Amino acid sequence: MEISGAEILARCLAEENVEFVFGYPGGAVLEIYDAIFKQNKFKHVLVRHEQAAVHAADAYSRSSEKIGVALVTSGPGATNAITGIATAFMDSIPMVVISGQVGTPMIGSDAFQEVDMVGCSRPVVKHNFLVKDVKDLAATVKKAFYIATTGRPGPVVIDIPKDVTQAKAVFEYPKSVSIRSYNPPVKGHPGQIKKAAQLLAEAKRPFIYVGGGAVLGNAAAEVTELVRLLNVPCTNTLMGLGAYPGSDPLFVGMLGMHGTYEANMAMQYADTIIAIGARFDDRVISNPAQFLSQAKKIVQIDIDPSSIAKRVKVDVPIVGDVKDVLKDLIAILKETNARPNEKALNAWWDQINDWRKPNSLWYAQDDEIIQPQFVMQKLFEVTGGEAIITSDVGQHQMFTAQYYAFNRPRQWINSGGLGTMGFGLPAAMGAQLANPYADVACITGDGSIQMNIQELSTCKQYHTPVKIINLNNGYLGMVRQWQEFFYGTRYSESYVDALPDFVKLAEAYGHVGMQISKPADVEPALREAFAMKERLVFMDFLTNPKANVFPMIQNGKGLNQMDLPPHMQSMQLVPFENNRDYGNLC
Amino acid sequence: MRHILSVLIENEAGALSRVTGLFSARGYNIDSLTVQTTEDPTMSRMTIVTHGSEDVIEQITKQLNKLIEVVKVIDLNEADHIERELMLIKVRATGKDRDEMKRMADIFRGRIIDVTEKSYTIELTGPGEKLDAFIKALDQAVILETVRTGASGIGRGERILKL
Ligand SMILES: Cc1cc2nc3c(=O)[nH]c(=O)nc-3n(C[C@H](O)[C@H](O)[C@H](O)COP(=O)(O)OP(=O)(O)OC[C@H]3O[C@@H](n4cnc5c(N)ncnc54)[C@H](O)[C@@H]3O)c2cc1C
Ligand SMILES: Cc1ncc(C[n+]2csc(CCOP(=O)(O)OP(=O)(O)O)c2C)c(N)n1
Ligand SMILES: [Mg+2]
Repeated sequence: MEISGAEILARCLAEENVEFVFGYPGGAVLEIYDAIFKQNKFKHVLVRHEQAAVHAADAYSRSSEKIGVALVTSGPGATNAITGIATAFMDSIPMVVISGQVGTPMIGSDAFQEVDMVGCSRPVVKHNFLVKDVKDLAATVKKAFYIATTGRPGPVVIDIPKDVTQAKAVFEYPKSVSIRSYNPPVKGHPGQIKKAAQLLAEAKRPFIYVGGGAVLGNAAAEVTELVRLLNVPCTNTLMGLGAYPGSDPLFVGMLGMHGTYEANMAMQYADTIIAIGARFDDRVISNPAQFLSQAKKIVQIDIDPSSIAKRVKVDVPIVGDVKDVLKDLIAILKETNARPNEKALNAWWDQINDWRKPNSLWYAQDDEIIQPQFVMQKLFEVTGGEAIITSDVGQHQMFTAQYYAFNRPRQWINSGGLGTMGFGLPAAMGAQLANPYADVACITGDGSIQMNIQELSTCKQYHTPVKIINLNNGYLGMVRQWQEFFYGTRYSESYVDALPDFVKLAEAYGHVGMQISKPADVEPALREAFAMKERLVFMDFLTNPKANVFPMIQNGKGLNQMDLPPHMQSMQLVPFENNRDYGNLC
Repeated sequence: MRHILSVLIENEAGALSRVTGLFSARGYNIDSLTVQTTEDPTMSRMTIVTHGSEDVIEQITKQLNKLIEVVKVIDLNEADHIERELMLIKVRATGKDRDEMKRMADIFRGRIIDVTEKSYTIELTGPGEKLDAFIKALDQAVILETVRTGASGIGRGERILKL
């Protein structure tokens, strides 16, 4: 029996076990919406802005091992989706975005609500398709899901002209898919893995640097096993947080621009670095020349060859899936009993512990004004470290990364690569729908929250009881901090004047609003809010307007050239001591 | 350094724009690009001439390979290869220039493929430098029009780029 393209699409999504489609209707997708109306396999979530649909689908993927789907109409619907697609692309998040298109005879005629979506999205997708014939539709959807989820994951766009949704064909969903030009690697080269094991055994100052690839590749267990087997210090990137447990003593904190003193010093002075699904981003190693000024051997495990040796030379590249490669590496290490020299490793740990002592994340909390760090620490306590946390972009994002210890992967949802303000709230919605029984909190700022505030309405409609934690400093704080440091404290347009009354705003949308201005009220308020299991609570914390994120590495500086927090500035800090007894090397 | 990349790519709408889009988005250079379907009509072959440091060329190769529709990429410079380009050049050919023009074409092994009372159109193939040399050897005033295809390349001997 022949059915319409729209019905075929709905059947395909059902075949892919799609649970939610986040979307917004319009002329070009009306046929699809009619097919959605007539089915009951998946639910549709009506957002209030297409950007939010894509962020929600993205966070649905990030917070689970499932895949998010967004649906938007042609023209403005499609262009509104672009920021969301780019956000997912930069963080390698699997996702399928379906956009409507004007009818095939109209394409190229500047038709009403026509935009070349394949062209617009091309630089920010893993791949995209324009379906010109209804007979190709099912196979295209199958390919899209396959491409999005395999290899280095990423968003895939399917652009479907209206006449294709109306045309009829027999539905047959392909059982399998193979694309001759696309064969993502899985297993790492055994010779290379052996070399990596050898390097580890020869290391005096080994360091394990874990990135988002370990989360994407579901390899947290293998990472943890490797680190503990070797007893080697470990850091996570912003995207890797949770891949190795944040509360573990072998964890030295996040590294990079706002990483801990000990993580950055260890990265700079390590003699052997194992990079696991981490891409030596400029916010991580800052200046490559300065980074390489201390000799080091680098092993890099990545599924994407173009991530390897992109910014720094790599001694042992291993192309493959993290999980598989780590399994093989662990097996070799166990088999050969290869371990870093114990005496050297102990001396290295002594050095690292000296760097830990000054506690670069220390801050002072008085009785008067709430410090943003304090809210994050209390949040960790109140949620038992178990909540799924989404974040917007700014100082609040960095405070969350620094002070909420993430102990499992997919618990920390943020936009790292693109740094998209407005991500947090729709992401919380998507994460809550993927994890209906989890506590979900969105950490945001007075600037960011206003970039997708309209989603409070969606949250009401779909009963997503997320807790919004607004660290309200009355500034575009991250911008203000840079202006304080680099532009002579000239706060050009970084003061958010005329902020709304967030409590009333939350109430207007049918939610609970709270404002907290005293340090003593922070914990009780959090407890009260998280006790309201069924309600979205908007918590407006009035925090120190001049708080800064420390440590900080200025552009172009090295990892060992951090701007340190005030309490460390007058301290006598222990330098890297090359003459420590790192033992004799075999 | 100058490199010649040979790319096998699915013969699909939009595939070419993915390649050119990649070069412009990442700031890579394209000195020339030629493309045509192969003996297998589902596949096209491109020859891209580019230049850059070794690191950049390595990234270009990796990024090309990453495109879903790209089947295979080789850097012809890694081994012996042959490179050819076709030029059609229309020159003024009147009076005593007429014989001179024909002689020049012969020297460079060009063929005159169109003749009018006032002009010749000459077809010339060879490595790019040979075409450059031909242009240089002519009196610039006689050149009416040139069109060049850009280089096509192929590996020497047993080196084969095929699916
Ligand atoms: C305000 C702000 C401040 C920031 N400050 C910092 C900071 O201080 N520190 C910091 O770390 N970041 C910071 N970032 C984030 C930074 O911009 C980058 O997004 C981040 O560092 C990249 O993380 P990553 O290296 O783990 O790579 P990701 O972007 O997570 O990339 C993952 C890598 O793993 C690979 N991969 C994917 N799947 C697999 C698999 N299955 N097997 C093998 N490999 C796989 C991919 O190919 C890719 O190379 C900041 C961002 C913002 C917005
Ligand atoms: C869409 C977008 N526009 C601009 C920026 C640049 N930017 C980065 S952080 C920031 C300030 C964020 O302010 P707020 O949400 O109040 O967070 P705070 O830094 O104060 O915690 C800005 C404007 C961005 N990252 N994203
Ligand atoms: Mg702010």
